[in-house]
Order: sequence, then C-alpha cells, then structure tokens
Amino acid sequence: MKISSVNNRPVNLDLATIQLPVTAYVSITHRVTGVLLCAGLLFMLWMLALSLESAEGFAQAQGILHSGLGKLATFLTLAAFIYHLVAGVRHLFMDFGIGESLQGGRAGAKAVFVLSAALILVMGGWLWAV
Amino acid sequence: MGRVTAVTSFGRNGLYDWLFQRISAVVLAAYFLFILFYIVANPGLTYVQWAGLFGSLWMRIFSLIALVMTLAHVWIGLWGVLTDYVTLRLLGGFAPALRLALQLVIFLVMAVVILVGIDVLWR
Repeated sequence: MKISSVNNRPVNLDLATIQLPVTAYVSITHRVTGVLLCAGLLFMLWMLALSLESAEGFAQAQGILHSGLGKLATFLTLAAFIYHLVAGVRHLFMDFGIGESLQGGRAGAKAVFVLSAALILVMGGWLWAV
Repeated sequence: MGRVTAVTSFGRNGLYDWLFQRISAVVLAAYFLFILFYIVANPGLTYVQWAGLFGSLWMRIFSLIALVMTLAHVWIGLWGVLTDYVTLRLLGGFAPALRLALQLVIFLVMAVVILVGIDVLWR
C-alpha cells in the first residue's frame, strides 16, 4: 500500500461544495435506507420472536406495533424497505443494460423517487388505517 | 484497496460480492413481500394462524434461508459503506483498526441474530 502517495494527491469530495446529480441522491439514499434497515430488521426480528412465543406474546407484539412509537418504527422500517427495494430493482434493470445511459440513468433515478414516494404514501395510509 | 479491505469482503472478491448481493436481493424481496402481503391480506390475524404459518416446514426453511441471505446482504452492504467512509483519507491512521473493530461488532451481532433466529423458528 502506497498510503503516502495516495494522501498527497489533492482530493475534493467535500459534499457540501459539490452539486450532486439526482443519480447521486438515489445512490446515497439507497445506502442510508440500507443502514436504517439493519436497525429496522432487529426490531422486526424482536417482534417476530415475541409474536411466536405464545398467545400472550402475540398480543404483546400487537400492542407494541399499535403504539405510537411502534407505528413510527414500523413506518420507518417499511419506508426504508420500499425505497431500498425500488432502488434495488433499478440496479437490476441497469445490470441488464436498461437505463444505463446518462438520460436513462437520470430518468430511472427520478422514477425511483416518484414510485417509492407513492408506495410509501399508500403504505402509510394502510398502516394508520389498521 | 488494501489487504485488510479485500480480506474482510464476503466472497473475498468483488465479483462474487456483486453477484451475491443481487441473488440475495431477489430472495429477500420475495420473502419480505410475501410476509407483507400475508399481513395485509389477513387483517384479523390470530396467534394460531400466525404460529401455524411459521410452524410449517416450508416457512421455517424459507425464513432460515431469508435470514442467512439477509446477513450476507447486510455484510456486503455495510462492507461497502465502511470501506468508503471509515478510511485513512477521511479519518486518518486509526481508520483500518476502527473499521475492523466495527466489522467485529457487526459479526458478533450477526452471530447473535442467527442463533436467536434459529431458536425462534425451531422452538
């Protein structure tokens, strides 16, 4: 590893001074939602364990999921899941050569934001209806 | 890339990681969408019904596969995040040690998760 020579090269990755394209926002949001899902999945695994423990545990899990904080945690987990899934499907499309051009990449990125926002709205409506 | 970076990846090779991230993604999409649609389709879900679903052999196997795939997917994903942000350039000389320490914590959490998962599924 030539660490010193790497360190001496001028690097500007100061995100605050760089105007990022829409594709970059799709990418960083994919990462953020991925990290969020790690926490969300731990919560969901806990809920699964509790719900399968006994009938009392099932009722307890229902109580937690219906509480304000439980609903918020569920909403954030599902919102992260929906976004991460939609952005992941875009990756699969690009792996098959669809939407890889500059124009296609931008269109796909916008589609990811629009589609996931619509699905998150539907999910939120369902979540607070049940 | 350095040796420490390469050796802590999932498949020891970016191409395997790339492929496995996609295979696991498809399995995870199928699993979690199934659970989600099951819950949406059964508004008055009871404990007996829920325990029956997770008591069936196919659901235990599907869940265990999904759990293992989740951990691999998370490992590859977090490896990408850590090797991008916990770096010499951004954090200085202690970055590789910090990254290894974080990966050790992630590994330990995963070991607990897989044991708890098996216990929950085969109780």
